Amino acid sequence: MAELLFWPALLAYGEAAVAYAGDVRRPGSLGRLATWGVRIGWLAQTALLIVQAARADGFPWDTWAGSLNLFVWLVVGAYLIWGCRPRFRLLGLVVMPLAALLLAVSYAAGGVDASGDSGYSTLFLVLHVGLVLAGFAGFTLAAALAGLYLWQERQLKHRSSTLLRFRAPSLVTLESLAARTVAFALPVLTLGMAAGFARIRHGSELDPLIVLTVLTWAVYGVFLALRFGAHWRGRRAAYLTLAGFALVVALQLSLQMGHFA
Amino acid sequence: MSLVLVGTSHNLSPVEDREQIAVDLAGAAQLAAALADGGEAVCLSTCNRTELYLVWSDPDRAEASAIEALGAGSIELYRLRDEDAARHLFRVAAGLDSLVPGEGEILGQVRLAYEAGSCGPVLDRLFRQALHAGKKVRTETAIAESPSSVSAAAAALAQQVFGDLEGCRVLIVGAGEVSELAAKSLVKRGASISAVTSRTHERATQLAERFESRAVEFEQLADELDRADVVVSATSSPDQVLPREQVRDRKGRPLFVIDLAVPRDVDPEIAALDDCYLYDIDDLEAVVSESMSGRWREAERAESITSHEARRFSDWQASREVVPAIASLRERAESIRSGELAKAESRLEGLSEAERRTVESLTTQIVNKLLHVPIVRMKEAAATEGTGYVEVARHLFGLAEEESAPSSRKSRK
Repeated sequence: MAELLFWPALLAYGEAAVAYAGDVRRPGSLGRLATWGVRIGWLAQTALLIVQAARADGFPWDTWAGSLNLFVWLVVGAYLIWGCRPRFRLLGLVVMPLAALLLAVSYAAGGVDASGDSGYSTLFLVLHVGLVLAGFAGFTLAAALAGLYLWQERQLKHRSSTLLRFRAPSLVTLESLAARTVAFALPVLTLGMAAGFARIRHGSELDPLIVLTVLTWAVYGVFLALRFGAHWRGRRAAYLTLAGFALVVALQLSLQMGHFA
Repeated sequence: MSLVLVGTSHNLSPVEDREQIAVDLAGAAQLAAALADGGEAVCLSTCNRTELYLVWSDPDRAEASAIEALGAGSIELYRLRDEDAARHLFRVAAGLDSLVPGEGEILGQVRLAYEAGSCGPVLDRLFRQALHAGKKVRTETAIAESPSSVSAAAAALAQQVFGDLEGCRVLIVGAGEVSELAAKSLVKRGASISAVTSRTHERATQLAERFESRAVEFEQLADELDRADVVVSATSSPDQVLPREQVRDRKGRPLFVIDLAVPRDVDPEIAALDDCYLYDIDDLEAVVSESMSGRWREAERAESITSHEARRFSDWQASREVVPAIASLRERAESIRSGELAKAESRLEGLSEAERRTVESLTTQIVNKLLHVPIVRMKEAAATEGTGYVEVARHLFGLAEEESAPSSRKSRK
């Protein structure tokens, strides 16, 4: 059953990725096709997660591959909030291939049939894994926005004559949306980390992954302080967002090697 | 009834010819009303074209009357009929026949012509479909999105920086016509002119009044720069009026500078400053040129939309001709069937009610089956080969001529 839902989700995400690429060349109906791909894929993945949750004894995404599955769902869900507007279609060109790829990796690593036999309680995992991944999903989107900002800013600086062809959001919109996304994601990550720290007190050791998570939290904390306190905007803010995202990527890779092992 | 188009446009005639046959909206309404005696008529007259759309039963006579009504003399005219005429109007409404492809003004002009015309069912359908096609082209392609002038390109680029220009403060340097055009374009998109400055304070005051803004002394330029989001500079000064030193730290606030002057007013070094974006006249012209080529690219997609709509119109027109003939054929067959049954009434007296129903049903089925193939063929032929088959069917089955649908003419004046 889970497999039956996985393939439509993957195909729809893949279709959205291809259609977004086509939409860059010829804006119009392909963009709408991509948007439907995102919606249908996300609904199929939602159904997949529901089936997984119903079949598992505990928290079904307690493996690295399972968490990747959940992470993709969170990223696409967050993207759906505003990403389907025509002006944000360029962002889909970054988000949807990534979503399709990560979902395929999750499937290959067994993330679609997670068993939920972790020793941890379901409530703890929902709070810790769920919130941390939601925070990471927010940072991923903020990084995509920052990347689009830097691309657009470069086009403007170089006075590219083709800039208007792409119908991208304005610099001010991208910058403010990236900052607001981080402002939402950081408290979510903080709560997820707090749930994890609460568990450390019961005997777990402080591992390098936790240090990396705290470092990520600090980078985004500094970003928010500079953005809203010292009016740090523009290229510098975009680079800082991407630096934070590099840590998120490092964290995701480390999760596979250590945390879920 | 045939659709006939007679007219000329900028593609065929120079302005000296076009102005001879151009009419205003009231004149177009009069012309249409005069020509509607023979059927239906609409006159579309703009600065680039004057066209008469007629629906008459005799297309040759319609053409001749249109030429006479236009008083075209030696002016070269195009003459199109039915699907070609429909396709032409759809292309016009979509802006594909305009000087700037996709320009939006023509759609309003087509609507006005339609409203002033003397439309019956055919022209009513044709013009409503043309308006639909015009809108469809603009929503399904990007033909109308890219700017077609330097000032529109400047405003579109400012939107790429700030998004909505509502609340955006614009500083105008130089009070000439070029500055005014750029200012208009920005104001149209929601920006407000915060100040106007010029070496000649009086001219700055006049321009500022037109935009409900204020004129400031040229020496205050640096202070005004701090407050501005967009700067438009178009002076005739031989020297730079905006050196790099005048731009202070923006603290993350973008500054979009549009230099429309030749020689340039703005120090090119400003482009290197953080949060500053500078476009000069060459940059903007490159954007316009790219945008125009984009419009032409989109025009290819728009052409397929208008062709599709023209085919739809043509199918509808053909079905309009064939439907009354089919109805008449069925009516005739039914009257023969019921007449023959009535004649046989005395011989059928001995039948029970159920047997009578069987005979009724049997005769109806025979008639339906006999007519099915000819009707299907007539419909197919009407869509692909015109109404020739309809005429043949009328002749073969002896159908009455008065079966054609009555044209409910209406005037939209």
